Amino acid sequence: MKLLNYFRGEAFQRGVHPPPQKAATAGRAIRRLPFPPRVTVPLLQHIGKAPQPVVRVGEEVVRGQPVATGDDWLCVPHHAPVTGVVEAIDLRPSARGPWVPSIVIRSHPGATQEDLWGEPRDMEAAAGPDILAAVRDAGLVGLGGAAFPTHAKLKVPDKAHVHTLVVNGCECEPFLTCDHRVMVEDADALVLGIRLAMRATGAVRAIVGIEDNKPDAVAAVEAAIARARAPEGDIHAEAVPTKYPQGSEKMLVMALFGAEIPAGALPVSLGMVVNNVGTLAALGALLPSGRGLTERVVTVTGPGVARPGDYRVPLGTPLRFVLDHAGAKGGGTTDSRQAVLGGPMMGQAIASLDVPVTKGVSGIVVFRHDDLAARDASRTYPCIKCGECVESCPMGLNPSTLGMLAAKREYELMGSRYHLGECFECGCCTYVCPSRIPLVQQFRVAKQVLRERAAA
Amino acid sequence: MTGTVEIRPAPHVQGDRSVERIMRHVVWSLVPVCAFFVFQYGISALASIAVVTGACLATERALLRTGTQSGRLADFSAVITGLLLALTLPPGFPLWMGAVAGAIAIALGKGLFGGLGFNVFNPALVGRAFAQAAFPTAIATYTPSFLPGRFAEFVPSSLAWPLMIPADAAGWLAQRRFDGLSGATPLAQWKFEGIQAGAQELLLSLTGHMAVGPAPLLILACGAYLAARRFLDWRIPAAVLGAAGAAAWGLHALDPGRYPNPFFMLFSGGLVLGAVYMATDMATSPVTPRGMWAYGALIGILTVVIRYYSGLPEGVMYAILIGNAATPLIERVTQPTPFGRGVLGRARKGASYPLHPGYISREEAGAVTPKKRILLNRPKRDERKPPAR
Repeated sequence: MKLLNYFRGEAFQRGVHPPPQKAATAGRAIRRLPFPPRVTVPLLQHIGKAPQPVVRVGEEVVRGQPVATGDDWLCVPHHAPVTGVVEAIDLRPSARGPWVPSIVIRSHPGATQEDLWGEPRDMEAAAGPDILAAVRDAGLVGLGGAAFPTHAKLKVPDKAHVHTLVVNGCECEPFLTCDHRVMVEDADALVLGIRLAMRATGAVRAIVGIEDNKPDAVAAVEAAIARARAPEGDIHAEAVPTKYPQGSEKMLVMALFGAEIPAGALPVSLGMVVNNVGTLAALGALLPSGRGLTERVVTVTGPGVARPGDYRVPLGTPLRFVLDHAGAKGGGTTDSRQAVLGGPMMGQAIASLDVPVTKGVSGIVVFRHDDLAARDASRTYPCIKCGECVESCPMGLNPSTLGMLAAKREYELMGSRYHLGECFECGCCTYVCPSRIPLVQQFRVAKQVLRERAAA
Repeated sequence: MTGTVEIRPAPHVQGDRSVERIMRHVVWSLVPVCAFFVFQYGISALASIAVVTGACLATERALLRTGTQSGRLADFSAVITGLLLALTLPPGFPLWMGAVAGAIAIALGKGLFGGLGFNVFNPALVGRAFAQAAFPTAIATYTPSFLPGRFAEFVPSSLAWPLMIPADAAGWLAQRRFDGLSGATPLAQWKFEGIQAGAQELLLSLTGHMAVGPAPLLILACGAYLAARRFLDWRIPAAVLGAAGAAAWGLHALDPGRYPNPFFMLFSGGLVLGAVYMATDMATSPVTPRGMWAYGALIGILTVVIRYYSGLPEGVMYAILIGNAATPLIERVTQPTPFGRGVLGRARKGASYPLHPGYISREEAGAVTPKKRILLNRPKRDERKPPAR
């Protein structure tokens, strides 16, 4: 297969094809989760500065009301996900481990939970700066997982020129289908979001890149594009060959345009801005109504989940509540030994099920004890230099040599000679390694050590 | 263990390749080759394969007991070493010498360096090089293939007592009245007697009582299976055979009377076996794609040079060993170009959309004349297609 691809010209070089595992959730409509008795809104859910709470303990809040705001450029407000009363503002566990400042809201059991805040706006007339301000007020961050503030991403730097908006609908991670379902069900909101983003950036064309294992999403987006007749420019939906990690913006730009984003540069250096479909669909849905981001679509799936599917979850819902409703049998039993936030290739295993769903959580994958034991059964060998990792690294690095250097703690050499800084930790090398060497895990350690040395 | 969650770093899924699986597939692919070898040479070849492989496994087991080795017996790597070593030895090779060669192959070729993955040289070839130096007569004595009664009777040299000089195979052959046949390989025949074997004899080793090693076509077919399943890298055999063929063709074109045609060069002796199974040994070949081409080309050219200009009829073994020694250096100079650091501003052929919607930028205009494409790994010229409506 690889040999064939080599001659055919692939979407991008190298990469891997993990089993997609999406069948359990791809065909199911998005369902709404009930409101939990208590939500936890961490103040820092994105890359940048944390906003400060603007509510007091004991204050009643309405769903959609801003509860934390800030003035910094890389700071977006948070909105109350439920109607209720602020119970506490203190430290709560986070996915990364440490306890972080959070706002805890107890929801009113009898409240209708309608989104009553916000005033409808006419976005057809809005100009670029107004759209950026509105995006920021909506509290939008990248919903694909990185959680970078969207208004900062849509802001074109001075002296730069953006001609193309690339919309990332690849969803290359196994198991996850939230972007897929959003494209199928909210295609009109997506197209509106694309149009607003084009106006905000000045792009004259937009291309939605969708992996070709989601033909229904391509059809839905194409139909919505045809309905919209965008005056901003051309919008295309393009199927790209399925391959991991196509959801990385560098790989997607390579697949669509055959051009490499230079090392260390952003897509804007090629005149492009890349955004996730989930983000733009939320943008298109929220901006005209003037509401804030209070919920998101989360894929709850994995071998340990009895009722897998895509759920519309209020932000701040504890994972325990989500998993109970999806039919995962309690945390820490043999049926759900490990819960992963995000996809299985890059997602993060969590220590506590009291961690809330935040803006960057695209999926929850639950593994059983047996799944982990199956992985433990395979032995670790020294590197046999098969070269499979070199063949799979989308960034064109040499994980084999890097791994041997990491074992010898030659971190400086890894950074200076072997381009460790280019690694974006997609995990392809560890995935393919027949010797089961934890390559990407070692690279994470090495990058962290180098960061600390650089800071010191 | 109930009531605990486990936290592991990503990735949380793992591909299905494993060291055992790769090695097992190589062993399976060697089974037809070995079977044909036995079919050609009879019971002596079978005994040789069994004894050499057994010696490799026993040595591996003994070394693993010391606790200084990586790997384990069940990873099949010692089996591969044994089978390959047996395939490179003459079928009538005395069994005790085969056992010594197998033990040396594992002990000096692999165990000395620390075991699986740490070896610098291909262990099978280390064993073969030792046998070549220690038992020069025995290793140069080939018996013809397809002898009648080969399944009932051992070649007498096979059954020599340990440390004893084996019986003379030539006398045994003369006794059995195969006077027209020599026990020389086609390469030795060409080198020392000036007789060049034909294509059919070389390819299938079926026609006459030729003293040819395992059939090249069968090896190529098994190698193609492995390459298709990605258990070996197709670049290395392609580079070895391509470079050897090109070098032989060039010399043949210069002086057809003196140098044989490239076809003879490619399919005689152990070149195909070496290219497909020996040069591709993972631990001793480069991991970088460009390095694989360089490594294969080096082996191919060295093979031709050794065969034509040295006193030896066969050069594949030393060529591969030299290639193994050069591997770290080759890897050093052929590191892959990281994404975004190659030739910039050019677009790959066959992309869905032009880089810029309305105009051709300076970078794209420059992309029409690509330079140094082979060295700088990729971006080919841009094909400007209008955006699909």
